[in-house]
Parts: sequence; structure tokens; C-alpha cells
Amino acid sequence: MTTLKLKNLRKEFGDVVAVKGLDLSVRDGEFLVIVGPSGCGKSTTLRLLAGLETATDGAISMDDREVTDTEPKDRNVAMVFQNYALYPHMTGRRNITFGMNSSGSFSDEEIDRRVAEAADTLDITDLLDRKPQAMSGGERQRVALGRAIVRDPDAFLMDEPLSNLDAKLRIQMRAELTRLHAELNTTTVYVTHDQTEAMTLGERVVVMNDGEIMQVDPPQTLYDYPKNRFVAEFIGDPAMNMLDVVVEDGVAVHDAFRLPLPREGADRSSAELGKARNAVLGVRPEDLYLASERPDLGETDFTARIDVTEPLGDNLLVHCSVGDEVIKMQAAPRSPLEPGGTVSVTYDPARLHLFDQETGDAFYHSTEAVPPDKSVERTASD
Amino acid sequence: MTELLQQAKRRYESARETDEDADESEATGTFGGVNLNVIHPQLWLLAGLIVFPIFVTVIVSTKETGIVTSLPDLLPGTYALENYREAVVDYGFGRFMWNSLLMSVVIVVGKLTISVFAAMAIVYYRVPYKDVVFLFILFTLLLPVPVRFVPLYQLINDLGWNNSMLAITVPYLASATTVFILRQHFLSIPTSIVETAKLDGVGPVKFMIQVLVPMSKSVLVGVSVIMFVYAWNQYLWPLIIIESEANQVTQVGLQLLQGDVQGGNLSWSLVMAGSVLTLLPPLALMILFRKPLLETFTIQQK
Repeated sequence: MTTLKLKNLRKEFGDVVAVKGLDLSVRDGEFLVIVGPSGCGKSTTLRLLAGLETATDGAISMDDREVTDTEPKDRNVAMVFQNYALYPHMTGRRNITFGMNSSGSFSDEEIDRRVAEAADTLDITDLLDRKPQAMSGGERQRVALGRAIVRDPDAFLMDEPLSNLDAKLRIQMRAELTRLHAELNTTTVYVTHDQTEAMTLGERVVVMNDGEIMQVDPPQTLYDYPKNRFVAEFIGDPAMNMLDVVVEDGVAVHDAFRLPLPREGADRSSAELGKARNAVLGVRPEDLYLASERPDLGETDFTARIDVTEPLGDNLLVHCSVGDEVIKMQAAPRSPLEPGGTVSVTYDPARLHLFDQETGDAFYHSTEAVPPDKSVERTASD
Repeated sequence: MTELLQQAKRRYESARETDEDADESEATGTFGGVNLNVIHPQLWLLAGLIVFPIFVTVIVSTKETGIVTSLPDLLPGTYALENYREAVVDYGFGRFMWNSLLMSVVIVVGKLTISVFAAMAIVYYRVPYKDVVFLFILFTLLLPVPVRFVPLYQLINDLGWNNSMLAITVPYLASATTVFILRQHFLSIPTSIVETAKLDGVGPVKFMIQVLVPMSKSVLVGVSVIMFVYAWNQYLWPLIIIESEANQVTQVGLQLLQGDVQGGNLSWSLVMAGSVLTLLPPLALMILFRKPLLETFTIQQK
């Protein structure tokens, strides 16, 4: 079992700074997901952990061992790649055992036993004698996972392992990865650009942008209390609506509406709400309702013009215009809404976020952020 | 002739584009809308033009004198056995063939070994000024062996290698073409495969023998065939550097078959028998390895 620590980790490729001084610690046995748009430095971070890239500055340690300049093979980590990286001329079994033979630290019986065990766990026993060409994408990824497991590494590093699979298989493999992790309890760092994958798999999720860490939190905290605009807009689909407002005396004022901001139970920075300032109001599509659907939320003066409606089956996604801005909201399926019409909109007052217009940092969430989930700590220490 | 070839090629290509209606065309005798009755004779004609001289060679090698002046002369003669026996036994053509084979095999094996190492270094290692080094290797293409004959002759003599197998193999061992082809192929192998090997602690030698070479098998075979034919067809350099007949190669040996009858009548049938013998090994390789050969020189997708 292993903890990983990154200290002020920095990587430059010529003039490009891919990773700008990361500080991060991965707990023992944790499933940590790094998510971010392409080019944000998430893969580079993973490759630095693996030793496939050398850090320009900063340090990496595994447990208390400094590994910044250690060769990849001496780090005892296993990596799973997006394109599986199976040797095409070797059978499944040979692919799995090839690396084990190299390290020379396993006896033949040990290898056989481990392969059988891993094959059993991953349900790939009948794939062992096939070559990769004769396997489907999902099967190949399973064999690649098998190869990672048998070596009993200190940490798994996964670089978008599910991105090449079709949607249905991806969901299935996602569940399987969660199960596998629960079984093996090996420290795992998983890189993806898919926020759904990040949310479903991660015990904690690291959101990265432009070589920097934006936020590290359990998925639900990330969703409910984004630390800045980037996280707010990146996590969640459809994305959070962002509206420029002026905050005056605890009220968010927009050309089209005035939203009173609840102070009760809001986090302590709400003291700032007294001062008049420009801000960005963030509210998720599912926290906006048609006034007719939720009479309990009271009257508002918030009206919007419907541009487009997209029936998604379980709900209706409505694109509307508020003044010059476009917002998305979710309405009950089969709501009789016509493009061009006007609707009265209401909202969940407990789910409002305000961001600084300049820096993008969140300075107000309408409910207090709970301290990081205790359940995560528990799984980690088990 | 080229016009005809291009026309046939165009038709074939347009036929391939509309490959989907192949089922239907089988019934009607067309291939993707092109009438097979038109395209087949054209292709036969072109193939015939290329094969005809070889056909004549084979025919002449079975005759007594081997002068073809009229159509009936193109019937096989009855001196085949006699001619081939004379070439191989009396003129020691077997010896030439053996020398050629040895030379070609040494060149091919040496070239592949050196090129695999070179391409591996260029692709997988962080060598300072790697691109410049590679450009320099490509630059040697501008100086083929014939251009270097004079200094090379001097060098080989100084080394005391003249009239030996070393003289006809070593100058050909380094090959920019092979390095280039292998480099392109290695670059098409996903980096994640290399990285997996690194993480697994697979050493460079094991990686080369167990991963790189098996993954490049068809390219290596394809290149080998080309290089073998190239080596087999060496004429000028062995002619210059090899003095004794016992060490001579088959291409030069052909000349000897012919030269022996300077006095009066040149025995064409004997020369042709030698030519056929010389033709056989490369032809056999081409036929045997045509698939990897074609794969090597088509654009690859991995």
C-alpha cells in the first residue's frame, strides 16, 4: 500500500509549461481521478508519476521514498494505456507474463498462479491463448488490466483506459474498475477528460486546467461547491449557467431579474455580500424550474424567452434567453413549451453560487460547504 | 507502351472504387463496370511484353547454337540438359552461384543487423543532434558505391582485403534506405508499447529481440528481398576487386561464359543457361515473399 506525494512538481517542454507546480498527495489505497480538458497537463502529470517524463522541478515521493529521478522500472507502478498497448504478436498469457519474466522476481509457479488468479478476477481465462487481434476492445483492455494486476504494483496509473471503448462497454467497464479497486485496494491514479467517468470512479477528483490544480475534492463536493468558475462549468452536463450580475445588499441584480441571496446557513464569506460588486451568478440547469412546476418556491420576477427545447426522455432541456444571455434549464418531460413563448422561472435558493468576475473564484455558495466527506477517509484507511 | 499501361491502371483504379457491385458484376462479366473482356487482354499483352525476353532466354538455353531468326526457332530444343551441365560443371558456374549466394546473404544479414540497431537508436534513444545524424545517414544516399570506387579500391587494397569475400560484402553493409524504412516503421509502433516495456523493466536487448523484431517481421522480410536482389545483381564492383575465378560471383561469371568463346562462335545457349540459373534465386524469393514485400512498400496503418 502506497501514498504518493507531489511537491511543487513542474514540467516544461521547451517554452511550453505543461505542469505548473503541482502539490498533491494521494492517500493509501485511494482511487484518485484527474480530470480536465485536453492539454491541461493531466497526462503529463501521470507520466511524471510513472517516470516516463522527467520533472523540470519539484519532487515525487512514494511512501517516504523519493522517486523523482528513479527509473520507471524501479518505481513498481503499472500503467494502463488508452490504446491498451498489448504486444500484437503475443498471446494474452504471454502479454501478461512478459513483464513479469523481465523483472525476474517471480518463480514460474508463482507466475502461473498469479495469471490464473488475475484471469479469474477479470474473467479473461478463455482469452489467454488468443492474440490481441482476435479480441474485442473491451477484452483487450481487460487483458491490459490483467497485465497491470499480476505484477502487484504499488500503484496503478491509468491513462484514459476507457476512451477507446463504445459507450455501453465503457459504463460496464467503469463498474468493473470500481469493483476491482474495492477488491485490490491499490492506490490508483486515473486520468480522464470525461467528467462522468471522473464523478463515478473517483473517491476524490482533481480538476486541472492549464497545468494547475483547480480543486481537489470528493465528487459530490466538487459538484455542489465548486471553488471557481472553471470547475463549476467543467463538472456537470449540461454545464452550469453563468450570468453577469451586480450584487447589492444581498441581492443579485440582473437586467431581467433580482434574486435575493439567502444569508442564513450560507458560508461565512457571505459578509462580502453587503458590498456592491460585480459578480457572476452560477446556477445549474436542474436547479432552475418553471414557476408552474414548483409553486412552493414562491413568486419571482424572473422571466425568460424559450429558444429551443430538447426532449431528453427523462426531462426536457430548455434553452432560453434572459436579456442577452442564454441559459439552460430542465423542465418536466412533456411540458407543453413552445419556442418563442415566455416562461416564468424559479430556482432553488439553496443552490446558488457567486463567482468573482475578475478571478473566477467562488465567494459565495448559498449553503455551507460540509467538511470533506468522512466516508472517504474510512475507505482509505480500511 | 507507357500510355497503354497508364490506361490500364486508370481503368483498374476506377474499377476498384466501384468495388461494391462486385457481386453483380460476376454474373455479367464486368468488374465494377469495366468490361473484363477489354481489360484482361490489355493486361495479358503488358505482361507478355515483359515476360517475352525471359521466355526467349529460357528457350535459347535449351538449344544447340541458340540463334533465333524465325518463329519456328522459338520451339524448345533438346540440348537443355547438356547446356546446363556444361555451364555448371565445365565452367564452374555452381561455384559462382555459391559465391553470389554467400555474398548476398552476408550483405542482407549485415545490413539488417546494422540498420535495426541504427533505426532503434534514432527512434528510441535520446541522442544529441539525432535529426542531424539521421540526415547525415540519408545524405550518404547521394554517394552510392560506384561513385566511391576509386578511393574504395585503394582502401580495400590497403587493408589487404582484395580478392576476398570481405571486399565484396563490407562496403555494402551500411544502408541508408534500410535505416529509413525501418525508422518509418518503428515510428508507426505506438509509443505506449515502448513505455509499457520500460515500466515492466524490459531491457533494450530483450525489447529488440522479443518486441521490435517480431513486430517488424513483414517489413524486415520485405526489405531483405529487395536487398538480396540488389546484392545478387552486383556486377561492377566484384569485377574490379575480385581477381581469381574461384572467388567470382555469378553476374561476372556470365561474362566469363561468353568470353571463353571469343575465338569464333559465341555460344548463346550457354550464356542463356547461365542467365536462367542466375535469375532463379531472386525469382524464387520474390514469389515466396511477395506478400510481405508488397506490405512493406504500401502505406501502413497501425
